[in-house]
Amino acid sequence: MDPQTIIAKRIAQELRSGMLVNLGIGIPTLVANYVPADVRVFFQSENGLIGTGPIPEEGMAHPTLTDAGGQPVTALPGASTFDSAVSFGLIRGGHVDMTVLGGLQVDQQGRLANWMIPGKMVPGMGGAMDLVTGAKRVVVAMQHTAKGKSKIVKQCTLPLTSVRCVDLVVTEMAVISFPGGRATLIETAPDVSTAQILEATEAELVVSSEVRQMRL
Amino acid sequence: MKTVPLEQAVTMIPDGARLMIGGFMGVGTPERLMDEIVRQGKRNLTVIANDTAKPGTGIGKLVSAKLVRTAIVSHIGLNRETQQQMIAGQMTVELAPQGTLIERIRAGGCGLGGVLTPTGVGTVVEEGKRKIDVDGEEYLLETPLRADFALVHAFLADYLGNLAYALTARNFNPIIAMAGATVIADAEHIVPVGLIAPDHVVTPAPLVDYIVANT
Repeated sequence: MDPQTIIAKRIAQELRSGMLVNLGIGIPTLVANYVPADVRVFFQSENGLIGTGPIPEEGMAHPTLTDAGGQPVTALPGASTFDSAVSFGLIRGGHVDMTVLGGLQVDQQGRLANWMIPGKMVPGMGGAMDLVTGAKRVVVAMQHTAKGKSKIVKQCTLPLTSVRCVDLVVTEMAVISFPGGRATLIETAPDVSTAQILEATEAELVVSSEVRQMRL
Repeated sequence: MKTVPLEQAVTMIPDGARLMIGGFMGVGTPERLMDEIVRQGKRNLTVIANDTAKPGTGIGKLVSAKLVRTAIVSHIGLNRETQQQMIAGQMTVELAPQGTLIERIRAGGCGLGGVLTPTGVGTVVEEGKRKIDVDGEEYLLETPLRADFALVHAFLADYLGNLAYALTARNFNPIIAMAGATVIADAEHIVPVGLIAPDHVVTPAPLVDYIVANT
């Protein structure tokens, strides 16, 4: 299984029926492909849609039915649309149960940096700062390393998205949570050892006494 | 409310104007107004919008034509030209969190002195801003935004100026329609008065100054 699939499948297990969920661009979008059959959630696109459905079949795209990346989507029965003030009221106001975002760095206190690399990449924060500030649960979907360097670091060197501690980080190697604000290894990917994860991680990881293997 | 031809609608906009423009990655942007601004070559514009779309689409057309001096937006990641002009010092880009940006516009249009938001506390976004403690929680004071013109895209307009929107093309449009000194709306369909049911009107007619005539 490729890294992105492992991450998306594992995060999909966090979904519960009735949740309002916002998926970011990139790996987070893939989570929608693995929603368990008995779970029904509402996906929000922050450009103003609840009830976002799959990519339309060829020829069925509508120019004013798009996701936050501007790509065509469908709206499931029961969907609703609204303006950006309502959309971010939902986000900031704690009405979004879970947000899944990509990450550039997460530090051992659970702080996320995901919106710019000074001097290299300045895409802007878009909705990320509001999502991390306001969503009830923040899940980061990212590969464990980039160009051989750990993305789970002692302290973020890139500009922070928020000072809020995220709830869960899922990589192709590990699942990390933050009880008491300390990065804690709680699951390992199949065929990956705790030692390998510690080796690949710059942050000081607490190893949970109940580390288990991801069930994919 | 007046219905005006496209050319006349854009002639009203002077060089250096401060524009709010609807749309999210070009969806819900008044495309004909963008084309006509480029054709008339309006310069030194300040654009307040969610994003600068991508080259060749929506606000991206203004960027490609180098008409934008300042952009106040939440995202420029999908428009390389915006990033290039910013790095070259040809354009100033002020980035704001999307939820903060829309609330600043809403505050401007609703007569509020600003909004208090937790978004950005402890990040570079808080630089130069007042922090206010409310019941033990820290918030940033974000100031209101207004503009000379709001350029709105609607799905339906009637001849009084009532507007209704379609799906995700709504986004910033009804909010900027409150915050522009002059509001110019371009609608996909202009319909007789009464056809948009009162409950379905999103932007009430008195807010809209001009509708661009359909040719």
